[in-house]
Amino acid sequence: MSSAAPPQVGAAAQKPKKVGLTERGRAERKLAWMLCAPAVFVMILVTAYPIGYALVLSLREVDLRFPNEGGFAGLDNYITVLSSGLWWEVVFNTLLITVISVIIELILGMIIALVMHRAIFGRGAVRTSVLIPYGIVTVVAAFAWFYAFSPETGFVNNTFLSPDDKAWFGEKGSALTVVIFAEVWKTTPFMALLLLAGLTTIDEGLYEAARVDGASAWQRFVRITLPLMKPAIAVALLFRTLDAFRVFDSIFVMTRGAQDTQSVSILGYDQLISRLNLGLGSAVSVLIFLMVLIIAFIFVKGFGASVPGQEEGR
Amino acid sequence: MAEIKLRGVTKRFPDGTEAVKQMDLDIGDGEFMIFVGPSGCGKSTALRMIAGLEDISDGELEIGGEVVNDRAPKDRDIAMVFQSYALYPHMSVRDNIAFPLKIAGASDEEVTSKVEEAARILDLDRLLDRKPANLSGGQRQRVAMGRAIVRDPKAFLMDEPLSNLDAKLRVQMRTEVSRIQQRLGTTMVYVTHDQTEAMTLGDRVAVMRAGVLQQVDSPQKLYDHPNNLFVAGFIGSPAMNFFPARVENGRVTLPFGEAPAPAGVEASGDVIAGLRPEDFEDAEFAPEGHDNALTFDAPIVLTESMGSETYAYFTYQGGAAQSDELNELAADAGLTDLPSSGENQAVARLDPQTKAHEGATTRRWMNAGKLHLFDPHDGHNLAHGDATPATAGGRQESSPQQPVAGTNEP
Repeated sequence: MSSAAPPQVGAAAQKPKKVGLTERGRAERKLAWMLCAPAVFVMILVTAYPIGYALVLSLREVDLRFPNEGGFAGLDNYITVLSSGLWWEVVFNTLLITVISVIIELILGMIIALVMHRAIFGRGAVRTSVLIPYGIVTVVAAFAWFYAFSPETGFVNNTFLSPDDKAWFGEKGSALTVVIFAEVWKTTPFMALLLLAGLTTIDEGLYEAARVDGASAWQRFVRITLPLMKPAIAVALLFRTLDAFRVFDSIFVMTRGAQDTQSVSILGYDQLISRLNLGLGSAVSVLIFLMVLIIAFIFVKGFGASVPGQEEGR
Repeated sequence: MAEIKLRGVTKRFPDGTEAVKQMDLDIGDGEFMIFVGPSGCGKSTALRMIAGLEDISDGELEIGGEVVNDRAPKDRDIAMVFQSYALYPHMSVRDNIAFPLKIAGASDEEVTSKVEEAARILDLDRLLDRKPANLSGGQRQRVAMGRAIVRDPKAFLMDEPLSNLDAKLRVQMRTEVSRIQQRLGTTMVYVTHDQTEAMTLGDRVAVMRAGVLQQVDSPQKLYDHPNNLFVAGFIGSPAMNFFPARVENGRVTLPFGEAPAPAGVEASGDVIAGLRPEDFEDAEFAPEGHDNALTFDAPIVLTESMGSETYAYFTYQGGAAQSDELNELAADAGLTDLPSSGENQAVARLDPQTKAHEGATTRRWMNAGKLHLFDPHDGHNLAHGDATPATAGGRQESSPQQPVAGTNEP
């Protein structure tokens, strides 16, 4: 931006080409940058620096158990991770949890949003009570469901099955089911809230028009509600997918990754904290970061491109 | 096409307020019926009950000979144009117009041909692939009309369809609406608060006040023979002038002098007299051959020249006429906030060559033969004899005018 100050004449000659930026406009832009500067600085400190440092670490052989060894490793860490069967299994687990839980959350969230939107009495009470699970700390919720599904002490087996019937955390399938269940229970309200925000922007008059035009309730939902909620649905899906992809707490509390239930975050944690292999762990972190970027890109391009112009919806 | 009949139709909201009270009305097949009245008079609620968007608390609604009280809007075969147009923002003009047809399961060829037909009638051909956001107000209005006419419904319901347009476009669209109704010959119920729209568009006009039908008549009859003070004050622009007056022995004493009472008035005592602005004139331009003319001196407060005519506001001796109806009309027009409200002022429509100007006192002529006298308590027109507001005007009427012949084919 701040290249060497050009000679006055040159600046004057260039002026006509740069249309629109008056003296006042430039001063305003400068002020804008100055006002943003503190925030930009903090952002760089807390996000850009750690990301950059992780990137550096991932290219080195760093193991805290042997602090004096190591050095530049190139892409060795990445090759190790990507060529390991464990990594791909963990990625599969994570995607499985993400896709299933987000789909269920979307459907349940939509139903809850419609109910909240149409609630005639006790609107405030309904909305508040629906939000309670989201207000509970994830670790606490994970423990609650862990105890609920524990074979001897939990209410699930004692109420619906016999105590010894099922060891939920004894095998991969049922353990992942409980993890997904806990995720859905906790974050559906968030999904519902995002969808409700989209729902309230739709003009009631459109529904009246559609009713007069002969549309049934289902046709109104499919032809009016869904298309007009597309931006809200896209945002809700994006948020929840990225969130679900980083699932950690529930698995950590319930299985610690046993029975092959590791997610990518658990794997990264294992490498970094349990095994103190900073190089390998950083490579996993960078790969997670890249995958999150790809998911976000797909959502923004896939949905964002066809999102109807904001002004049309109003 | 169908008749619409309302029998004692009432709308009561959960809090007990009655928006529409015991409405009786017959709307003929192919008739253009206008509901008009100040805001909050229940005209839109009445329309929404016909559409099925509001439940009917009491009474019976028939469309095409069938009672439809309990039918959903989609089963009533009516089309509606909303004040906001309610166009589907995510659909192109073509899809908006095609929506009711697609919902009804029409074939692709039928949809295409009917949409194109509607687009041609409304001159929307070139806009079919645009989104509503990229249309002007008038174009959106036409798309909303297109969505209504494409289905060939039994009746069109229009809820203040022109009120979001600017004044010039409104006049243009008014003729457009009239043209389309005549061309299609479909029964139309049209809600407006604009009495000019009501007068120019309708075969018949239903004037409503506080949920009660005041009078149903042709525009000219409403203008010439208002049933009561409210109708008299609401219909006409500038509004009718009202003065306190006294009737005795067949003579009316006005602030300007004395005149014979209109035919049919038998009451005596204090009354409210009404006279339209065009029944005043400058004495020097006074038309010949009026027996009941009065002349008097009028101090002019203000003149407004319209080119083809001049409105002169003048004051007179004595207080202003007072009644609930007049207060309500003044409130609806926002006149109660003006400093001059409640003053003894009247307006005359004069020949444009008048010499009247602000501050002058000129000789004024009035045609006392056109006087209307109203009961100051319940507001009914004393020439009509009875004291109850006519709620069943529609039934007394002879069969409504048939629309001008035109193509009925979609």
